[in-house]
Amino acid sequence: MMYSEKVMDHFANPRNVGEIENADGIGEIGNAKCGDIMKMYLKIDNGTITDAKFKTFGCGAAIATSSMATELIKGKTIDEALKLTNDAVVEALDGLPAVKVHCSVLAEQAVRSALSDYYTRQGIDPLPIVGEIHMPEE
Amino acid sequence: MERRFIYADNAATTAVSDEVLAAMMPHFQTAFGNASSIYEMGRNAQRDIELAREKVAKAIGADPIEIIFTSCGSESDNWAIKGTAEQMAKKGKKHIITSVIEHHAVLHTTEYLEKQGFEVTYIPVDDKGLINPEDIRKAIREDTALVTIMYANNEIGTIQPIDEIAAICKENNVLFHTDAVQAVGHVEIDVHKQGIDMLSLSGHKIHAQKGIGALYIRKGVVLPNLIHGGGQERRKRAGTENVPAIVGLGAAMEIACSNINEKAAIVTEKRNRIIDGLLTIPYTRLNGDREKRLPGNINISFEGIEGESLLLMLDMFGICASSGSACTSGSLDPSHVLLSIGLKHEIAHGSLRLSIEENLTDEDVDYILETVPVVAERLRAMSPVWEKMMKGEFYE
Repeated sequence: MMYSEKVMDHFANPRNVGEIENADGIGEIGNAKCGDIMKMYLKIDNGTITDAKFKTFGCGAAIATSSMATELIKGKTIDEALKLTNDAVVEALDGLPAVKVHCSVLAEQAVRSALSDYYTRQGIDPLPIVGEIHMPEE
Repeated sequence: MERRFIYADNAATTAVSDEVLAAMMPHFQTAFGNASSIYEMGRNAQRDIELAREKVAKAIGADPIEIIFTSCGSESDNWAIKGTAEQMAKKGKKHIITSVIEHHAVLHTTEYLEKQGFEVTYIPVDDKGLINPEDIRKAIREDTALVTIMYANNEIGTIQPIDEIAAICKENNVLFHTDAVQAVGHVEIDVHKQGIDMLSLSGHKIHAQKGIGALYIRKGVVLPNLIHGGGQERRKRAGTENVPAIVGLGAAMEIACSNINEKAAIVTEKRNRIIDGLLTIPYTRLNGDREKRLPGNINISFEGIEGESLLLMLDMFGICASSGSACTSGSLDPSHVLLSIGLKHEIAHGSLRLSIEENLTDEDVDYILETVPVVAERLRAMSPVWEKMMKGEFYE
């Protein structure tokens, strides 16, 4: 199985690892039984994601996609972050092996899950804005 | 800590040794004759094949006539199992006994036979990966054609009570095959004394090249021919012999099986140092039996860590290892072996297998014991599972 150099870089030097104290939105997706859990923390100011951090239990691709997803949404507006697709994460990493594409779906859904939490905390029903959060099943 | 390169995945494959390579070399360009040819170069090739057969036989206590060269361990397993099944089905015997922790070369073969109308009993193992021979006795029926139980497990290194299992098979007049790919060259084997009817072995696990193996078939056991064609391998397996590989296997077997107990003692000591050292890391456990274990096998689970990322990060530190994580197998489920010994999925995902040999230096052991905790800590620091564990919570 071949990981791209970019995947290896984001695995070896993951960006934005950790937690955000007083995060405005926290999302979590996956389960330990399947071997992947991503937890994402967002700081949101005036509709803009000013900071994003993650913690991930999972394979190299799971860590790299989490890292890349946080990079892709930092400094973006919520609307822009909601448009983040797993394909964009895969593309930014110069591709993923087919068996690892589900990791990029997890990363996409982790972002949405954190945004969903953000709206819930604001007293706004997230469903019409964020939509359903999907746990990818193999 | 200066970076080292440590190959600790000898159960996956090994390098061809200098001695083996030297034995093979003439057979590529100077002594390249076809062993079926009548002239001297052909006769010499035939002689060298037979010398290799003698070495292989001697190393496991067999007669040369009982050794057939194959292309790999999987081929040997397939032939022994499917061949016996075909042969015994003629007598109406269509039941096979194996274990839940076999290599896929055995399990996928028995699954195939199930589709062909055979019945297969899968014997469970205890939490150390050990089979209770009495379970096999109970499973044997009138129509049992074959018992196939691995000698030692490739993941957790557990060595099965082969002598007892063989004795039970003999008492009940049932053929006994063992996949000894991981055991050969690491533990002493005497097929005649131990009452083994068929045994699979592979060259590349013991410093021969990839693509060569052998099947020991006890005199009196009849298997249908595997490859039809010329008269090679007593017509059992036709096809021009891979002379360099066969000669290499002979050399490798001779070397691997000499002073086997002395070497095992050295490796066992190194192994135990690594096991004891790694178990000082919190929330780890040793998988497999502590004593009935291959000398070079270490298998440890790290809670809160996923195995593939563990391997990738160890690789960054120059350590080559292996894991039973789902992510390394390409499926969603972690290793069937680790699940069979009762590990929960999330713990099975975080397993690390190191397989070492006597060339591992004390400095290498030190390096492993310094590096693994650093890697484990780094991965745990970014693991939400670990975070929850530390808060006393658990994932369902």
